[in-house]
Amino acid sequence: MGATHVTKATTEQSSLATYTTGFILSLVLTLGAYFSVTQHLFNGSILVVAIVSMALLQFFVQLFFFLHLGREKGTRWNLILVSFMMTVVLIVVFGSLWIMHNLDYHMQLTPEEQDNYMQIQNQKGF
Amino acid sequence: MNNLAANWLLGRLTLGDFKHDLIQMGGVLAMVFGVLAVIAGMTYFKKWRWLWDNWLTSLDPKKIGIMYIAVAFVMLLRGIGDATLLRTQQALSSGTNHGILPSDQFQQIFSAHGTIMIFFVAMGLMFGLINLVVPLMIGARDVAFPFLNSVSFWLFAAGMVLVNLSLIVGQFAATGWLAYPPLSELAYSPGVGVDYWIWALQIAGIGSLLSGVNFFVTIIKMRAPGMNLMRMPIFIWSVLGSMSLVMFAFPILTATLTMLALDRTLGMHFFTSVGGGDPMMYINLIWAWGHPEVYILVLPAFGIYSEVVATYSRKRLFGYTSMVWALASIVALSFLVWLHHFFTMGAGANVNAFFGIMTAVIAIPTGVKVFNWLFTMFRGRITFATPMLWFLGFIVTFTIGGAAGVLMSIPAIDFQVHNSLFLVAHFHTMIVGGVVFGYFAGFTYWFPKIFGFRLNERLGTYAFRCWLIGFTLAFTPLYILGLMGATRRLDHYDASLGWQGLFVVAGIGVLIILMGIGFQILQMGYSIWKRHETIDTTGDPWDGRTLEWSVPSPAPSYNFAVIPEVTDRDAWWAIKQAKPIAPPTYEDIELPKNTPFGMYIAAGAFAVGFGFVWHIWWLAAAGLLGALTMIIIRSTDDDTEVTITAEQVAADQAAYAKRRQT
Repeated sequence: MGATHVTKATTEQSSLATYTTGFILSLVLTLGAYFSVTQHLFNGSILVVAIVSMALLQFFVQLFFFLHLGREKGTRWNLILVSFMMTVVLIVVFGSLWIMHNLDYHMQLTPEEQDNYMQIQNQKGF
Repeated sequence: MNNLAANWLLGRLTLGDFKHDLIQMGGVLAMVFGVLAVIAGMTYFKKWRWLWDNWLTSLDPKKIGIMYIAVAFVMLLRGIGDATLLRTQQALSSGTNHGILPSDQFQQIFSAHGTIMIFFVAMGLMFGLINLVVPLMIGARDVAFPFLNSVSFWLFAAGMVLVNLSLIVGQFAATGWLAYPPLSELAYSPGVGVDYWIWALQIAGIGSLLSGVNFFVTIIKMRAPGMNLMRMPIFIWSVLGSMSLVMFAFPILTATLTMLALDRTLGMHFFTSVGGGDPMMYINLIWAWGHPEVYILVLPAFGIYSEVVATYSRKRLFGYTSMVWALASIVALSFLVWLHHFFTMGAGANVNAFFGIMTAVIAIPTGVKVFNWLFTMFRGRITFATPMLWFLGFIVTFTIGGAAGVLMSIPAIDFQVHNSLFLVAHFHTMIVGGVVFGYFAGFTYWFPKIFGFRLNERLGTYAFRCWLIGFTLAFTPLYILGLMGATRRLDHYDASLGWQGLFVVAGIGVLIILMGIGFQILQMGYSIWKRHETIDTTGDPWDGRTLEWSVPSPAPSYNFAVIPEVTDRDAWWAIKQAKPIAPPTYEDIELPKNTPFGMYIAAGAFAVGFGFVWHIWWLAAAGLLGALTMIIIRSTDDDTEVTITAEQVAADQAAYAKRRQT
């Protein structure tokens, strides 16, 4: 009984520490993204790269500090699920990019032409 | 000023939205009178209290499951009614005859048919059966999050009410079951129809997503001791696969619908090409959800067939491990094929080839499963009970439909038959022959466990025969018509084409399916009337193999008096073969208390949906605020459990043992 009590107290302490670290890191990354836009710290594609990498970094901060990924015991269901989720997200994102780019390349439509084309498609069906 | 106030109060809702023509009026009257008759009956027999206490507020997954199935069955009647109208129109409307339905109404009906059949019949039957069986099969007393389960059900019900309300107030979408833009955008569909579609699906879809999480966690965390992954029954595996698809596919639907709603409500341009958006992106996204959705529906049906075929062949399921891996690979592959729904939109050969090959590959794990089922029957002692008949009907129709699917996975052939009735015949073969037959089999199979008596076999057989013959008559002509060039969603065609005969045959098929449904209603009524003759005192009427058959029928609210120890894949079969063990000691069992909060939260969601459809902003705001308040009140409630004492459990078990001896 005593042993479990001690373990509980230590986990609570350490989880407070991780939550605080996670919170501060998230705050820094969010404000960093905000100020790099409003203060014109970067320009053009560098700005895009900076914001996207800060977003990705924040994603991992959330995973590790709030969702405690990789710290479970026994079968690592959270890890399995997150990997599956990442796979699905990557498939949908890169699949969509591939498909949309390919469509664009083959169709070469202006917006008006596309609107027209899609209406005809709607009428005759896919 | 007066106008402004009315506008604020009622949005764009006017008296004119209640006016309908003859056929719609028939539907409205049938629905209103149906509801009124139920209300009058409930009041006359003084059953409101009973309904509220035992059903509406219940958190028992078995009761929630029954409510899911009841809703799904009523929706099946609506969906088949729509189908009858469509086929009647097509059988008549040739040459100078223009049938019974104007074009716009025809479009609304096929949109409603598809939406209702997928979201409110197939999904309802699936979640219903999962609720009934999953906890019992894994040796658990409840699901992981019982309250969330009730919220899911009531969100599903709220979406269902919204879809049906569109028949009475305003109109439904005329844009097909997936509402492709630009047709579904404000410029081309200014009415409330598409908004009804969006919000009904959005609300029901969030319910499904929550259920997906709930059952995934239930299966992962709440299995009986000893039931490791490779000892789980195949039905549980199939639900695990299906729920992981729900968790990862439904967010795509939610996001896509939100974008379409933003386009329509706030004038944004996600999918309007002239405003800088891209309608092709909608089609890409909706199918990135839509294809997994098909597998979400069919995987649990595969699981049911696996249980049914093993039980009625009195054999262990053939090729368990290969079955698990087949399921897993279907889950993975289902995210790699979505483009095959729009091969003809304009992508190049490399993209089409990739997705075509991926689609054809799915036939391999599915074929593995078909052979496993056949080998399970091989040299088994087969009983041709109704669930087994549904299975046999499935294996034939599904293989034919699957062959048509592999054919269409080749882009060059898809270019010939896309958008034709051949496609319509293909996916109905999969959804009716695969999904619906499976859920009927499961319903008949598990019925005694939930209600305590069996369904009448003879009427069940008649229902099956009507369904199978009707199905064959209704869809074989569509394969032929499709190859002759008949497109889907056709409300009129030239007499010189010579299609009318085949359309008439298809219409007769639908009538025979209607007879099948009639027999199912008759079977239900007759079985309830004669329930004393088919009462199941043993708890194991089919000599089953899995844990749900180890408890009395109907299953007690706590499912298991003592949580079983699992030592084998067919856990109950192993227990039956073993020597009887020492009498068990019972302990107190904690179960969740009934609560109406799931219903209140869903009522809030309904108000949000209705408010957005009709632009009644105060109602939407009130609904959102109400739902949030209800969530907060509920989460501060600490007194959510009741205790069933050990003595009570012991008394139950003694009564059950006594009943078993007589």
